[in-house]
Amino acid sequence: MSAYRDIARSGLWKQNAILTQLLGLCPLLAISTSMVNAVSLGLATIMVMAVANLAVSSLRSFIPYEIRIPVFILIIAALVTVVDLSFNAWLHDLYLVLGIFIPLIVTNCIVLARVEAFAAKNPVGASTWDGIMMGVGFVWVIGLLGLIREFIGQGTLFSGIDMVVPGLHAIQVLPEDYPGFLVVMLPPGAFFVLGLMIAGRNWLDARANDRAKALLVQHTQASS
Amino acid sequence: MPSNSPFLRQPASVQSVMLKVLVALLPGIAMYVWFFGWAVLIQISLASVTALAAEAAMLAARRKPVRHFLTDGSALVTAWLIALSLPSIVPWWLTVLAVLIAIVVAKHLYGGLGQNPFNPAMVAFAAMIVAYPQFMSQWPAAGATDLATQINAIFGQRQLDAMVMATPLDTLRTALHTSGLNATVESVLANKTTYGFLGGKGWELVALGYLIGGLWLVQQRVITWQIPAAFIVAFGGIAGLTHLIDSAQFAGAGFHLFSGGAMLGAFFIATDPVSASTTPRGKLIYAAGIALIDWVIRVYGAYPDGIAFSTLLMNICVPLIDKSTQPPVFGHKEKRP
Repeated sequence: MSAYRDIARSGLWKQNAILTQLLGLCPLLAISTSMVNAVSLGLATIMVMAVANLAVSSLRSFIPYEIRIPVFILIIAALVTVVDLSFNAWLHDLYLVLGIFIPLIVTNCIVLARVEAFAAKNPVGASTWDGIMMGVGFVWVIGLLGLIREFIGQGTLFSGIDMVVPGLHAIQVLPEDYPGFLVVMLPPGAFFVLGLMIAGRNWLDARANDRAKALLVQHTQASS
Repeated sequence: MPSNSPFLRQPASVQSVMLKVLVALLPGIAMYVWFFGWAVLIQISLASVTALAAEAAMLAARRKPVRHFLTDGSALVTAWLIALSLPSIVPWWLTVLAVLIAIVVAKHLYGGLGQNPFNPAMVAFAAMIVAYPQFMSQWPAAGATDLATQINAIFGQRQLDAMVMATPLDTLRTALHTSGLNATVESVLANKTTYGFLGGKGWELVALGYLIGGLWLVQQRVITWQIPAAFIVAFGGIAGLTHLIDSAQFAGAGFHLFSGGAMLGAFFIATDPVSASTTPRGKLIYAAGIALIDWVIRVYGAYPDGIAFSTLLMNICVPLIDKSTQPPVFGHKEKRP
């Protein structure tokens, strides 16, 4: 099972699609203006990634190597169409907000990257797990980005939640007369917040590295 | 002018340069206080305190020698420029936020003094005008210098109807763009309660103060002549030329140079040694670019003034300008492409 644990760890942190590989930035930056939008798009992406990895992995011995990319895209496009129609049918308000970014999951390079780099070479179980974990890695980053931008930008949490769960309301955290900070809601703000998150990740990694080194030194000194 | 060998030159320390820049701002500030009241001094002190605190905190966080870098004065220059470019009656938190953005984000996150590709003061100004256009368009009217009202505007409830006005630039553009008024530049500028001799009542003398301070900086060799000269020639040139072609639609060179942030931009903002071009020819191109973009934003854009945006846009071009205008090394012939 340690292989599965490695896949999970690499998807959530070590090879995180956004914080490490900087893939899929277009939907990330465009949709992360509120947490609800961000997580909804993220969940749609997880679905597509898991099923795409499953499908490609099970068909991998039948797909001719030379035309594999068009075949992958066809499979992904079919799955995205399913997700697109489902959103339109069951979450119509949210569908209107997310708009073009649901069909654009087809071109999201995270999906194609995982299919090409992992699912085309690995067994079905591991590939599906990889799709889910890479997707979860995408969701937590885009969700956190949406949370921060929404909080700083307009002082609320979960605005638009009524589009997903009718009856719930957004929480106004900061006082009503909070003037907002529009820059964070605009694309430059998205880049800045993402940059800070990547810096935070690097900082945590560097600190963990230092600790591991210190531990190693202690051990070698103790044994000598 | 020293003329004896061996021509030793005292390398200017950052501290002495920054101190001279602060001194050169004083005539403009004096005019500002004279026409628009004490509010600007409140903003300058607020900005200075915030800048020093933020600078010290960031230096400590980056494990740099705090005292050494804190006393170089660069944070103070940034703070003063922000306080002078914001309207003097903006709420206190807006000034504090602007300074924090300049020092923390635009300066230290990019690597500190000497590493920042963008002018910190202008990054802060641009962020503020995008985020809070409602506050950034409320300028004090000339002569409305009641201190209590101004303090109230900065720290308390804002009841501003009696004391605010749009800037002369804004008023002119609004009048010209409102169809049906048949306004011409001449008829708009004839209103002497808003417009003085050249640029706008009060503002033209503030600009004159910046001009005097700026010329002193050139004389002191703190800044080179290329940037202000190219800025003024390019700005005056395009404004004068368009004014000649259609004087009803385009205001003249005098109006443009002595209104808004033109003079502050020419001598104090575009000349920022870190983010500006560094080669002699590059400085000419850089400053002329700022002037031309600013003129376009003023005449056709939606923002009151464009110094911040045009400076940032030209900051992006600086590596390219520097690379293509590098002077030949002494003794080599200039390369002809």
